[in-house]
Amino acid sequence: MSRIPISALIGLVFTGAYFLAALFAPFIAPYGMSETVGDVWEPMSRTHLLGTDSIGRDLLTRMIYGGRTTIFIATMATLLSFTTGAVLGFLAAVIGGWVDQALSRFVDLMMAIPSLIFALVVLSVMPVTIPVLIMVMGLLDSTRVYRLARAVAVDINVMDYVEAARLRGEGRGWIIFREILPNALSPLVAEMGLRFIFMVLFVSTLSFLGLGVQPPNADWGGIVKENKEGIVYGISAALVPAFAIATLAISVNLVADWILNRTTSLKGGRGG
Amino acid sequence: MADPLLKVTDLKIEATAYPPGEPPQEITIVEGVSFALEKGRVLGLIGESGAGKSTIGLSAMAYGRGGVRITGGQVTVNGRDILQLGVRGLRALRGAEVTYVAQSAAAAFNPAKRIMEQVIEATLEHGRASRSEAEARAVKLFATLGLPDPDTFGNRYPHQVSGGQLQRAMTALALCPLPDLVIFDEPTTALDVTTQIDVLAAIKDAIRETGVAALYITHDLAVVAQVSDDIMVLKGGHMVEYGTTAQIITAPREEYTRALVSVRSIEHEEKQPSDDPVLRVEHVTARYRGTDFDVLHDVNVEVHRGQTLAVVGESGSGKSTLARVITGLLPPSEGQITFADRTLSPTLSGRSREDLREVQMIYQMADVAMNPRQTVGTIIGRPLEFYFGLKGEAKRARVAELLDEIEMGTGFIDRYPAELSGGQKQRVCIARALAANPRLIICDEVTSALDPLVADGILKLLLNLQKVEDVAYLFITHDLATVRAIADSIAVMYRGRVVRYGPKSQVLSPPFDDYTDLLLSSVPEMKLGWLEDVIAHRKMESAGN
Repeated sequence: MSRIPISALIGLVFTGAYFLAALFAPFIAPYGMSETVGDVWEPMSRTHLLGTDSIGRDLLTRMIYGGRTTIFIATMATLLSFTTGAVLGFLAAVIGGWVDQALSRFVDLMMAIPSLIFALVVLSVMPVTIPVLIMVMGLLDSTRVYRLARAVAVDINVMDYVEAARLRGEGRGWIIFREILPNALSPLVAEMGLRFIFMVLFVSTLSFLGLGVQPPNADWGGIVKENKEGIVYGISAALVPAFAIATLAISVNLVADWILNRTTSLKGGRGG
Repeated sequence: MADPLLKVTDLKIEATAYPPGEPPQEITIVEGVSFALEKGRVLGLIGESGAGKSTIGLSAMAYGRGGVRITGGQVTVNGRDILQLGVRGLRALRGAEVTYVAQSAAAAFNPAKRIMEQVIEATLEHGRASRSEAEARAVKLFATLGLPDPDTFGNRYPHQVSGGQLQRAMTALALCPLPDLVIFDEPTTALDVTTQIDVLAAIKDAIRETGVAALYITHDLAVVAQVSDDIMVLKGGHMVEYGTTAQIITAPREEYTRALVSVRSIEHEEKQPSDDPVLRVEHVTARYRGTDFDVLHDVNVEVHRGQTLAVVGESGSGKSTLARVITGLLPPSEGQITFADRTLSPTLSGRSREDLREVQMIYQMADVAMNPRQTVGTIIGRPLEFYFGLKGEAKRARVAELLDEIEMGTGFIDRYPAELSGGQKQRVCIARALAANPRLIICDEVTSALDPLVADGILKLLLNLQKVEDVAYLFITHDLATVRAIADSIAVMYRGRVVRYGPKSQVLSPPFDDYTDLLLSSVPEMKLGWLEDVIAHRKMESAGN
């Protein structure tokens, strides 16, 4: 197979590192997650590589556990939004008619409400647990995926090979999963990278506003919130998660770009 | 004048190919091509797709399309080597001294601007005339090219004129700056035969009146024979034969040229119609949803077992709609379709799997008729699995058998469509249709996207398969040469009606109705002076009326 370009390699290494750290958090974190191990806002030192936070917990430990929560929630929400959005989008494109109209207008309606405000309203009446967070974020975001999936599938749906499958008498399942999905994968995968990052930002925003992950559990948005007062005193603790979010965002997108390039060049891509 | 207008010496053109999964490779597209063109002469460049004819044509503007590089040789226009020109020099050359007429005028015109604006744009840009002069010249060209209302034609937008008219407007665009050389790149390929003849005559007149030199690129030898003085035959980027038109047509020296000249000479004995029609279309009238215009009007045709019915007509005559009605994609508003002894449900969802199996379809564009993400084995194997429940080894064996039948060998079973040539793709589509073991195959313009020699191969294959499998074809085409080659009976369609219908010998022999006469006389013939004869004949007739 073709060699991995350098940009994708960098992306892969960083993404891999973040995901591995998230996976094995209990083994690599030097201290317990909510263990107070030092003074408030200690500077970086050998015992505390990133210093300590607003109540004297080890920041590196908090970052590792925080990454675990953030990445887990973002991944699950992305998966949820893609399954719902893509399946509904393909269905709307294939069935057309009033099903398409009803779904599309409903999605338009949902998208007319700013998703952050919508999420804040829902979360303020629902118990804020991680499954609820994932549900709310995933379903809100699936409206965007729906629009993309439908647009892509409408184009593919008029191809002669789909018509040929229809004339053969194939059912909707075959048409959606065997004819349309393989040809719609490239744009969807590219979008998935982007959506994952939006999810990370979304859950961080919610936590920063206090309606996301609840203390003492850590997540990157929450760490920013806990340490934001320190910025006034020149303490950089709040910037560490910001930096983590930025590097994760860039590296995931590098990987997504590479996958997109590979799948489009693979066997001729769509349409020809 | 010592130097000819255009002189190409030992041209070499290269490009970088990116085969999937392999490192990029340098490939040579054109090599060792030399020719010269005097003022006022027309040189025809002819060859199949991939022969490098467009690439050579564009090199006369020192232009390489998408990553193509001119790496060797010389191209001189009016005595100067244009390959050495800088950006500024090239800009002065293109659109002024040398102009270009593209295949698809519809894609080349900006739909948001009036035709006149676009026709005189290059002329003004290069300062070759004032606005009023350019407009006057354009109006004159419109008249020469036989466009309606030449004075006001330019005020229209591209969508307000027909395809043939737009193609002529594009010729006006190219001729307006008074260039020395015009490159015509398949200017009539996308047009109906009846339109093609007008455009061809108009182009020929315009060339003669303005005295420009022209490069005429096409894959249709019969067409190029009408307009050019010399012909160069190309294959795979190399020159095969170069000579005067008369010599190429009447006394070709090379084997390949002979094949091109004698293309479409398949002889097909007409079969006697049998008593049991496999398909009967009775009083079918159809319209698309949301319109109040009948695309089909009271159509009655029959297809007999193991025979071919050719449906002929221009674009818009309703011939593809007829296929959609038969397959059930478009329910007719009146009339019915009988298959064997049973009446088929008007809608697709109302048909049984058996009904669907019996009627298969082959499309014009094999590229989009196959899922690019499925292998040949999956594409051909799916109908076997779907209709006959074949799985695993049995399925693979049958696929191999079918590949044999379409003369392609089992090596192709794991290939993807993108790895096949145009002709091979169409063969796979044929195999997919055959896999269902149908009694009727609808062929919708299956050869019109292919090169003549490849198309010939496909037609021969279809005829052979008909003998072996006893399958009937409903063959939709606009190409009468194809019809002669394959049909047993013919239905001529015009504006949604069948205007002439019967056995081949009867339909193709006089007395003709007006439309069939027009259609038949418009098919380019491989002989010199054919265009003049037809035009003269038509003028006489209209004078007589």
